[in-house]
Amino acid sequence: MIIRTLVALALAALAASACTTASAAPLPTHVGIRIHYSHFDQTKIDVPMGVPITFTLINDDPIDHEWLVGDESFHARHRAGTEAIHGDRPNEISLPPFSVKTTTLTFDKPGPLTFICHFPQHEAYGMVGVVMVKP
Amino acid sequence: MRRFLAGFAAIAAALIATTQPAAACAGLIGPNGAVNLLRTTTFAGYHDGVEHYVTSFQFAGGSGQFGSLIPLPGVPDKVEKGGAWTLQRLIRETNPIPKGVPLAFGVADSVRSAAQVLLEVRIDALDITVLKGGGAEVGQWATEHGFRLPPAAPEVLDFYANRSPIFLAAVFDADAAKARGQRIGDGTPVHVTIPTANPWVPLRILGLGKNADDRVDADVFLLTDQRPALLPYPFANGMRLDHSAVATTSLLDDLRSDKGMDWVPQSGWLTKISIDASASQLTYDLAVDAKGTSPSRVAAGLQAPASQTGSSGQPSSDQIALIGIGLSALGAIFLLRKSQPVIG
Repeated sequence: MIIRTLVALALAALAASACTTASAAPLPTHVGIRIHYSHFDQTKIDVPMGVPITFTLINDDPIDHEWLVGDESFHARHRAGTEAIHGDRPNEISLPPFSVKTTTLTFDKPGPLTFICHFPQHEAYGMVGVVMVKP
Repeated sequence: MRRFLAGFAAIAAALIATTQPAAACAGLIGPNGAVNLLRTTTFAGYHDGVEHYVTSFQFAGGSGQFGSLIPLPGVPDKVEKGGAWTLQRLIRETNPIPKGVPLAFGVADSVRSAAQVLLEVRIDALDITVLKGGGAEVGQWATEHGFRLPPAAPEVLDFYANRSPIFLAAVFDADAAKARGQRIGDGTPVHVTIPTANPWVPLRILGLGKNADDRVDADVFLLTDQRPALLPYPFANGMRLDHSAVATTSLLDDLRSDKGMDWVPQSGWLTKISIDASASQLTYDLAVDAKGTSPSRVAAGLQAPASQTGSSGQPSSDQIALIGIGLSALGAIFLLRKSQPVIG
């Protein structure tokens, strides 16, 4: 009985360890996102907190897009915004037709952030994704 | 076999306003993507291997420039100002006015950078450019010329370019229209002459720039030598056959008497298709076999072309011969207001 209990505890510990190991698998520090037919090819991306993450953004379309990542208040501001072009801030990237841009961000808080293209109708068309920042 | 696609999207059908006031449809994408809807009417006549497409671009007020991009079934021979009453007369034919109401008929109309420019024409306040290129090239040309294309445009442009790499871009200069004394609701009829093997009407493009639940209302009049065969059939998903009969002699005589319409034959078959659908329903085009036999499934958008040409290719020879029977579609337009700041 004691042995069986010890084996069960050992298996449970091993399982817990395995889970820990799995969840600790290295998260990417380089992420590529391609835009085609007004859709992001990745809509859920896990990244580590506190580490510089380099995003390579590829616009395959003949029309302008943008990649803006932030929280809900950030997007609420941009939905009503009037900036024609972004580029000064690493989380606000304008993507002309057939362009490739690279930006590097370090996320200092865990949790989800959303990336959206705020050109007219693009968000409703599905140009939305989530960056999940993991501690 | 030479393949043609046809298609047209036009902005506006001023004429209908007289018979069907408000609810109508056709859309302009204005500032911040706002869409104003107006009904659209288009006429596509097919005779002796030539399609005659007549639509009207309506002055809707405002300032600046709006544009539309329209897929064509082939390279037009001619783009010119249309006659003054063709569209009105067709509407009258299928929507007779009550007795006692005076006819307005006969009154003047107030109514990748690799894209190759084939033709440029100025008609009143409209600047019209015929382009040849794949979806990417034409899309880039449009972007570089101030069009703000809706998000579905890249896919839809490829959809049409894979069948015919010919597009017509029309830019409406609202300031010029005002300077010309055009009033809101006034239309500029445009007549495009396209040699082609069979008529075809792009319908999917009517939903471009609209949300899935937005309505698309349009009337398409077809005049062919005999009763045509159409696809999809039976009609569904918002497409309705409103009229199908031998064209009356009085109609043909009236049409023939309008400017540029002397090609109208002595006899023919008149078909009227009405579109009353949500944008998400319009996943098809209207294929026409003018001889009444077998319209192309490819033309109807029910089947992909045998060999797609991609975004910059030439049409493949085995692709159906579709003729563009033009169509009207305001919604089909990728309209934009030039020099509008974009959000973000």
